[in-house]
Amino acid sequence: MDIVVCVKHVPETAEAELKIDASGKGIEKSGLVFYINEWDDYALEEAVRIKEKFGGTVTAITVGAEDSDSTLRKCLARGADKAIRLTDPKFAGSDGYATAKILYSVIKNLHYDLVLTGMQAGDDGYAMVGPILAEMLGIPHTTMAKKIELEAGVAKVNRELEGGLEEQLEIKLPALISVQTGINEPCYVSIMGIRKAMQKEINVMTLADTGLSEADMGETGSWLKIEKLYVPPAEKQTEFLKGTPDEVAAKVAEILKARGFI
Amino acid sequence: MPEIFVLAEHRQGQIRDITYEMLTKAREIAEKANLMLTAVILGKEVKEKAKTLAEYAKKVLVVEDAKLENFNSDAYQKVLVNLMKEYKPTLTLIGHTSYGIELAPRLAAALNMPLATDCIDLALEGDTLTVTRQMYGGKVNVNATLRKAESYMVTVRQAAFTTQKPVTPLNGEIIEKPSLLTEEITTKRFIQYILPPPGGVDITAAEKLVGIGRGIKDQSNIPLIEDFAKTIGAVLACSRPIVDKGWLPNDRQVGSSGKTVKPKLYIALGISGAFQHVLGMKNSDLIIAINKDPNAPIFSFSDYGVVEDLFKIIPSLKNKIYELKGQKA
Ligand SMILES: Cc1cc2nc3c(=O)[nH]c(=O)nc-3n(C[C@H](O)[C@H](O)[C@H](O)COP(=O)(O)OP(=O)(O)OC[C@H]3O[C@@H](n4cnc5c(N)ncnc54)[C@H](O)[C@@H]3O)c2cc1C
Repeated sequence: MDIVVCVKHVPETAEAELKIDASGKGIEKSGLVFYINEWDDYALEEAVRIKEKFGGTVTAITVGAEDSDSTLRKCLARGADKAIRLTDPKFAGSDGYATAKILYSVIKNLHYDLVLTGMQAGDDGYAMVGPILAEMLGIPHTTMAKKIELEAGVAKVNRELEGGLEEQLEIKLPALISVQTGINEPCYVSIMGIRKAMQKEINVMTLADTGLSEADMGETGSWLKIEKLYVPPAEKQTEFLKGTPDEVAAKVAEILKARGFI
Repeated sequence: MPEIFVLAEHRQGQIRDITYEMLTKAREIAEKANLMLTAVILGKEVKEKAKTLAEYAKKVLVVEDAKLENFNSDAYQKVLVNLMKEYKPTLTLIGHTSYGIELAPRLAAALNMPLATDCIDLALEGDTLTVTRQMYGGKVNVNATLRKAESYMVTVRQAAFTTQKPVTPLNGEIIEKPSLLTEEITTKRFIQYILPPPGGVDITAAEKLVGIGRGIKDQSNIPLIEDFAKTIGAVLACSRPIVDKGWLPNDRQVGSSGKTVKPKLYIALGISGAFQHVLGMKNSDLIIAINKDPNAPIFSFSDYGVVEDLFKIIPSLKNKIYELKGQKA
């Protein structure tokens, strides 16, 4: 079972303070901590587990800048055999569609039985790279997988619907599956794994290796052009309670009492 | 006349809310841009449903085929590619739901049609389509334009628009179209629905909920929060990562893939307020959020906000509650 896993190096933003940059079209990246996209972490784990069960190889691939190496190293440390980084200044500004084209240009030349992706990336949240890539590769796909079982020539997949409901599908292999969080429990990286990963090579490719033209990527090759970023308007008028922790706690308690909850 | 397609979403015999939300927004766009508003429904026996859709649309295209009994994006794609080549809709709206996420990107790629996903607003001016979507878990909104094209596709976020029935039903003409599916779809096959395991706790019935998120940091901190919840007789609920990590069972999850709750009191502890979570709790009567990030989206949906480390507040808050109750901690 040869598996290709698409991963993305993204900033951790849930706890960080975000600042819109001078262009108004992006956020200031300096000072942010980057890591493997949450959904891709589950995809990688799933790939490694399938490899442990059925044998074969896992190749991690990313479109990103040089600093994506830390994410690829993590993949190697966790059990990926090979890593490919697609890096070119011309790739900047690519949306999910352009990114899918770049990934396709390389993956089409690899041997794979399964391509795994996260169902979305936590930064721009497109949830489109997987299915578009599947269309380009001409293979079946499914998304939001919560369970994957492989049988002869097919994958049985439980995919998430709304409100806790799931559906079970069967798709023919080779196939692309985008995974949802909670499909497994990603492991921690072992020291052994990190040592081994340092010895493995990251294969770096550029625009010239893709066979694509400049017009296929970046803003010109994308469906979407970002015009402006802004802070979302609040839906409710929030009253912020201020003071020392003790004072604030007292205020909260008073509110609870006034509303009859105590 | 150029038209807007709205793909009806239905499951287990029910048209899903997103359909009417999209039809409401599409009606506004259609009136402004002078477009025909067309609902499209695919399924096994869906003519009755088409009648309901006809109240919201000027035209309803109905495709019936036994092969369309359960949602299958491969079957849908085959049918829709034909319909969209025939009618050339200026704009096609599909829900950013589990079905839409499976279908839309691949369909757009097959038709070489620009697509914007998970949009919370959209506007068509001339031949320019502008959308609003979110990035970074809802911390930032983005205005974006789609690459100029004759046809655009947009997936629409659930609950981004509020359904409004037309004052007088539009009485759309119902037109039956053949599926043109000649053989069974073998690439992808629906097997069955899997229901969530019957839960021990029904958070939808609770009057008071304390919701915990990734901000509680470790499973070992849960008893502290549970103790606090008990002081006000609240039930413990949570965001998705807590379930993904296996810290709480999935019957405690609030949000689009969990439960929708409407308690009298919802206290959000260390929850950032991603839309999928907020969808499940924003109609609670009173919402109090404690989060150390002043820019956490959860505050935009809260009545009271506390910007502080929750571990500094909760022990003290517990004591204050005991004091007010005249009990000893
Ligand atoms: C298809 C789909 C369906 C989904 N369904 C759901 C769903 O049903 N329910 C759901 O909840 N999510 C759902 N999600 C996930 C959702 O997008 C978010 O990832 C998730 O809600 C984030 O959970 P969180 O707020 O607990 O974690 P985070 O976003 O990581 O936020 C943690 C928060 O804790 C705060 N914090 C950290 N430490 C402290 C401290 N000491 N004191 C105070 N605050 C602190 C941080 O500032 C941050 O705001 C879904 C996602 C997808 C793609």
